[in-house]
Amino acid sequence: MNNPPTPRPGIRASLRVRPAHPAGTATLGVSGPNVVVHMVVVLTALAWFLPTLGLLVSSLRPASDVLNSGWWTVFANPFDLTRWTLANYQHVLAQQGMARAFFNSFAIALPATVLPILVASFAAFAFAWLDFPGRQALFLTVVAFLVVPLQMTFIPVLRIYNQLGLAGSLVGIWLAHTGYGLPFAVYLMRNFFGSLPAELFESAYIDGASPLSAFFRLALPMSTPALASLGIFQFLWVWNDLLVALIYLGGGSATAPLTLKLSSLVGSYGQDWHVLTAAAFVSMIVPVVVFFALQRYFVRGILAGAVKG
Amino acid sequence: MRRGGAWAWGFTAPALLLIGFYLAYPTLATIYLSLLDRQSQRFVGLRNYVDLFSSNAMLTALRNNVLWLVLFTTLTVGLGLALAVLTDRVRYEAAAKALIFLPMAISFVGAGVIWKFVYAYRPAGAPQIGLANQIMVMLGREPVGWLITQPWVNNLALIVVGVWIWTGFAMVVLSAAYKGIPKELLEAARVDGANEWQVFWRISLPVMQSTVAVVATTMVINVLKVFDIVYVMTNGNFGTEVMANRMYKEMFQFRHFGRASAIAVILFMAIVPVMLANIRRFRQQEATR
Repeated sequence: MNNPPTPRPGIRASLRVRPAHPAGTATLGVSGPNVVVHMVVVLTALAWFLPTLGLLVSSLRPASDVLNSGWWTVFANPFDLTRWTLANYQHVLAQQGMARAFFNSFAIALPATVLPILVASFAAFAFAWLDFPGRQALFLTVVAFLVVPLQMTFIPVLRIYNQLGLAGSLVGIWLAHTGYGLPFAVYLMRNFFGSLPAELFESAYIDGASPLSAFFRLALPMSTPALASLGIFQFLWVWNDLLVALIYLGGGSATAPLTLKLSSLVGSYGQDWHVLTAAAFVSMIVPVVVFFALQRYFVRGILAGAVKG
Repeated sequence: MRRGGAWAWGFTAPALLLIGFYLAYPTLATIYLSLLDRQSQRFVGLRNYVDLFSSNAMLTALRNNVLWLVLFTTLTVGLGLALAVLTDRVRYEAAAKALIFLPMAISFVGAGVIWKFVYAYRPAGAPQIGLANQIMVMLGREPVGWLITQPWVNNLALIVVGVWIWTGFAMVVLSAAYKGIPKELLEAARVDGANEWQVFWRISLPVMQSTVAVVATTMVINVLKVFDIVYVMTNGNFGTEVMANRMYKEMFQFRHFGRASAIAVILFMAIVPVMLANIRRFRQQEATR
């Protein structure tokens, strides 16, 4: 317990290139990897990207074009500006309530990110650096809940929510995401805190520091990378969640986030692709920006949390 | 380590209370509710389970979850492995991986819309607007109603969406493990005359074994909980029902809380082995510290 664990190999590897096995090894020849390797990688990357590209292109085309010709036809004449429009975005934001839903998504996701991280960090610190009866058993219980299907919790919690008037409220969904996010957050932070050097805390305690000041002055400031990974992970999880919002907020709610709004648009505008593509892109823009800007932390969170359900 | 009874309870109480309220208590309550009738008034024993296993809708959902389990897990892990090894050999590794990993940032609902559009159907002769049918037409085939052709085409079409989302995850985790293999090990084999194929099967894969197991386990958990994709794309119609979607219907459409709870318990039972494995793994990890 007092020895920091050896870091898991490759935990710091990210999407950035770190050629462990440089191309051009014996069998591959001096000219680098062969044509087949290039073809497989390029074609896969393209196949993975085309569906999203199709969505983006379609969202910027006039309604009649979207419904009458394939999105790829724009590339025959890409600079014909009459074939591009922002009308679909104006429509979904102003008339379909996507602007409101965009705001709601932030109003849900920001507190539902900060709250579990704060609560989890306190608990994780105690699990890592305070000795108390039942410490190990309690932590194992937390680990056990990592993979419990949320379906197991909906009916009892919803019944209590209905009695307390929490169904459909922001507070209700903040707390639900906090509860559901805690096992992973506690697990991740406990492992990170546990890897900090023991001498640090021991000398702080000898100098008379309380656990509270050791937590705020030492543990938290040293954990910014872990906090960043966890923060991004939890934020994207909440932002992209449909099920929890569907259960506790309900479909037509004024507090509906983007995912909920988008799924109800699919129900009512099933074939109006100009509406759906623009609405879908509005719901994706924040995660995509977060992803490209903070990819490194995101990948780190994923690697550290490969056990999460 | 510091002895800190009172401090420790103060630090852990908020987390334990929330986990107790949102996870521990409801899990036990749901097991109990699954033994009660539709409105949770009367005790009915295992009646809900018997009903479920003799209903066609539920059996379809079970069959589909098994189909997902086999295909989704094999495809994500297989493709993830192949891509982890192959992208390591090209200079544009970062760009290729970013494109494949990108769907992980998108919500399942967003992915559902993206792919519903890919699968859009127009009758033969009319200009196609969906990519999948355009490809069919270019190959000289008839356009396909991807989401309504039962039972294999539409389920496969949905599984492809799941694979599109999760392959990036498998690739990134496996790639980290692959890069962790000591270079000398692979070089030694190559010097001894092993070809790349042999190096992969005899050395890389065995070394990465435990990571492959973790990724496969994650995929199994994902499969059991798959909901959003099906809910958005077909809502379980045309024989594409899955258990999580079925539970949602039992809960909100039929308002049969006994059966809804029983479905949740079945999902939970399937995940219990993973839960125990996690605990065991953590204990081992602690023992070696």
